[in-house]
Amino acid sequence: MISYIIRRSLLAIPMLLLVSLIAFFILTLPPGDYMTSYQNQLTSQAGLTTAEAEEMANEMRQKYGLDKPFLVQYYNWIKNIVTKGDFGYSFFYSKSVSAVIWSRMGYTLLIAGLCHFISVFAGVFIGIFSATHKYSFADYTFTVLAFLGVSIPAFFLALFMMYIFSFELGMGVGGLFSDEYIMAPWSIAKVWDLIKHLWLPVIIVGFAGTARNMRVMRSNLLDVLGLQYIQTAKAKGLKNKTVIYKHAVKNAIKPIVMSMGSALPFLITGEMITSIVLDLPTTGPAFYNALVNQDMYLAGSFLMMIAVILVIGNLLADIALAWVDPRVRYN
Amino acid sequence: MKKEEAKERKKYLSNKEKIWRRYKKHKLGMIGGTIVILLLILSIFAPFFSPYDYRKPDYEGAYMPPQPLNFIDEEGDFSITPFTYGVEQGMDPETWARTFEINPDQKYRLQFFVEGWEYELFGIFESNIHLFGVEEGGTFHLFGTDKLGRDILSRIIFGSRISIFIAFFGSLLSAVVGSLIGGISGYFSGKVDLLIQRVIEMFQLFPQLPLMMALSAAIPTTWPPILIFIGIVVVLSLIQWTFLAREIRAIVLSYREQEFVKAAQALGANHLYTILKHVIPNCFSHIIVVMTLTIPRLILAESTLSYLGLGIQPPMVSWGVLLQEASNIQTIGQHPWIMIPGAFIFFTVLSINFFGDGVRDALDPKSN
Amino acid sequence: MNKLNQEALVEVKNLKTYFYTEEGVVKAVDGVDYEIYPGETLGVVGESGCGKSVTSLSIMRLVESPPGRIEAGEINFGGRDLTKIPEKEMRKIRGNDISMIFQEPMTSLNPVYTVGDQIMEAIMLHKIVDRKEARRQAIDMLQKVGIPLPEQRVDEYPHQLSGGMRQRVMIAMALSCDPQLLIADEPTTALDVTIQAQILELMNSLKESYGMAIMMITHDLGVIAEVSDRVAVMYAGKVVEYTDVDTLFEDPKHPYTWGLMNSIPKLDKDVDRLEAIPGSVPSPLNFPEGCKFNTRCPLAEGKCFEEEPPLEEAAAGHKVRCWRYEDLEEIKKRGERIYEDRGVQK
Repeated sequence: MISYIIRRSLLAIPMLLLVSLIAFFILTLPPGDYMTSYQNQLTSQAGLTTAEAEEMANEMRQKYGLDKPFLVQYYNWIKNIVTKGDFGYSFFYSKSVSAVIWSRMGYTLLIAGLCHFISVFAGVFIGIFSATHKYSFADYTFTVLAFLGVSIPAFFLALFMMYIFSFELGMGVGGLFSDEYIMAPWSIAKVWDLIKHLWLPVIIVGFAGTARNMRVMRSNLLDVLGLQYIQTAKAKGLKNKTVIYKHAVKNAIKPIVMSMGSALPFLITGEMITSIVLDLPTTGPAFYNALVNQDMYLAGSFLMMIAVILVIGNLLADIALAWVDPRVRYN
Repeated sequence: MKKEEAKERKKYLSNKEKIWRRYKKHKLGMIGGTIVILLLILSIFAPFFSPYDYRKPDYEGAYMPPQPLNFIDEEGDFSITPFTYGVEQGMDPETWARTFEINPDQKYRLQFFVEGWEYELFGIFESNIHLFGVEEGGTFHLFGTDKLGRDILSRIIFGSRISIFIAFFGSLLSAVVGSLIGGISGYFSGKVDLLIQRVIEMFQLFPQLPLMMALSAAIPTTWPPILIFIGIVVVLSLIQWTFLAREIRAIVLSYREQEFVKAAQALGANHLYTILKHVIPNCFSHIIVVMTLTIPRLILAESTLSYLGLGIQPPMVSWGVLLQEASNIQTIGQHPWIMIPGAFIFFTVLSINFFGDGVRDALDPKSN
Repeated sequence: MNKLNQEALVEVKNLKTYFYTEEGVVKAVDGVDYEIYPGETLGVVGESGCGKSVTSLSIMRLVESPPGRIEAGEINFGGRDLTKIPEKEMRKIRGNDISMIFQEPMTSLNPVYTVGDQIMEAIMLHKIVDRKEARRQAIDMLQKVGIPLPEQRVDEYPHQLSGGMRQRVMIAMALSCDPQLLIADEPTTALDVTIQAQILELMNSLKESYGMAIMMITHDLGVIAEVSDRVAVMYAGKVVEYTDVDTLFEDPKHPYTWGLMNSIPKLDKDVDRLEAIPGSVPSPLNFPEGCKFNTRCPLAEGKCFEEEPPLEEAAAGHKVRCWRYEDLEEIKKRGERIYEDRGVQK
């Protein structure tokens, strides 16, 4: 098992490098670069003439090496990451990329993590309930809600919820903190304020995940309940509850465990849209701004980071699966 | 035991009939299917169904709230033909905001097959007949108007064309590409297969949404709309092709195992031909199943991208583009009806999901 | 009462188990009577779909309900009617007084628990023992069913064992609480022929040492011949012939049994062609009027199409459900074949 993990991790490294290369390439595809919009800014807002602005832009280009050929830029970027842990400079935020991502990653992981747990627990339990009470009113209701969860665009749900809560219910939403707490040091009050703001994005992002897990769990459990060993368990004289939870669920939950690896990046991207709409200080809006403004180091680093999280997630899922299903272990 | 009996009976129905019967049993699937067909008709014959020209601005009538159809007027008289009231513009003296007052004295009846703005259908037919409208002088904005005074209902109807067909073509392209690559991978095996497998793994390492956003950002907004359309189709398909690739590869591999022995005696051409003959019909149901899953996803994806300004660009209209106006909480608060396109996205995706569920059940019944 | 004047261990009287499906009511078991005596093996034989599995599931009250339901009848065991006792009581009986093993050993064990765990689960459920003792008993059982190195095997997972071994584990699990009746539903059908023989032999010897009764359900006459003391032949949800095993093979009185016997090649008879029963079992949604076998029976005529024959005693300890079994006697005496010569009448 250990050797399997090590082997997989080592394999992942060249893949990640390739991923980073492609990501970087994609980001440099749009015509021009950050300095192009910088130049426009100079002429429109700072009042410089086109010639002056161009000159300044070219200076900046040279300073940051944006005039060098693509591969050279890429090489430098990777070199800095590997040797200095330096992910580059964010032109848009005027800070190092690490600073931008660090400050926001925490909240991203917090929201994504919370949603992950909620959507797994809620999804699994509702799924079990649905399967064991097949065709009941509750089952139909949950099924319809599940369809809703998968069919509604995340950004629209966020918009709509924002509208309802702001205008129909008169509650303030948006952002993770009320104005007075943004710069304040951490305290119980600040944590409470955070929770008051967190629950809306968590519900929005978790809705789709819960819906998906619920459907999968229900379907798997129904499949498993039709298998022979369930009848064997019943024939032993076990209580129905025992049969379901001890024998059936442990088998039915395998695909959900497997998908947990890919769930985290899925949630991060789900969180991305919601936080763009709700304007939360997480990685989502930062990535969006980076894309729109061709802030390539920020955007590229972000893509890389997600890919790494994905790899780690898959690895963790493999381990979890081996723990749950002994057949995999002995392979 | 009873299943065996039932299976005996079903043996006597042809395969296609069986599939149709199973589909009909699925009530939600039938409802979804009907709605999908209605939506398709709506989008194909969009100009006919749209009471207003979706492009024409009317600055005077900007941000008009939705006008309901009334059956009973102020005095309580019932009229079989519904009507709308005349709307007069005013201005709130305190806030200087534009207001719209209903004038109950002016009634404009609903009419069918009215003459309205001129249009061309499929580039061949010219007409100016529309399904419905109101009497001369009146307005009927079922969903209100946007900031340029354009009728939102008409824009939604035209937007359906782009939203639905972009998702469809993206899905089709990814299905074709995925099947080809999967097929090649399965057929040739060996190094080619391993290489393609690695490529597929790599694609799956990328998180979908950020990748889509990055690729769409690469499409210059200065391109002509048709190129942007194609670009978005390509981007959307790039994300989804890996699913089918793996499935098709598995199917081809399984057939290859069987044919391999015979191939030792047969000609090379025969070998490929027999595989294709068996594989393609089998793949068909897989492809359809996968498409019923990817089309709704792509509708959601395209609308998200366009909402963010990375996808379809105005003046081309898709539901996501329509929602760009709804990005400001203040705007939404004052004119909540601009969110209606979102409800359409939801409704369409839901219907396709129901329909897809029914189709998947009919093609491959599992215990549900 | 049987020949030894014992009371029946299990007495099934007029059992009716119906399934209410979308397509109609399936009368899987429609008035079945038989008895199982202590220490004997009752073979229940018939084609697939005749209801033999459903009767055994009814005894265990494992019929899926919905859509199934024990509509009528009694199942008397230990002085109680199993169809009427509460579920809590039934659970005490399952795996304890009456055990059951199933057809597919490959899927009958839960893949995520060890073999030992699954046996211990049964033991600890019905007996008051601690884990250590339960484990000891489990290892003991594994040895009794002939699994080598039981102390090792007890911690293995089902996928590490072969089909034959898994079936042995199933038997061990079923016998772990010393049941009075073991119901075996096609236990050897999914196994290789050589393994089949081993398992049957194992079951026979365990029957002796445990002094228990076995209900052996199968479609294979060879298995019936091998292990049964008495046999019930089922067709379309009813028992059509009921007697001891030797008599069944030597002197079958029902045309269906006769057809079954003569459709398998025998070593001691030289036949040019085998008799095959034409047609197939009618759909349970669409049973014919009168005798359910009348669609395929070459002797069917008149009354056979109007009224269902009762299960009556044709000879001592030999019951048949047929209007014309005496005519069949005559035909047999004349040494004629019934399926070839007569054809199927409508």
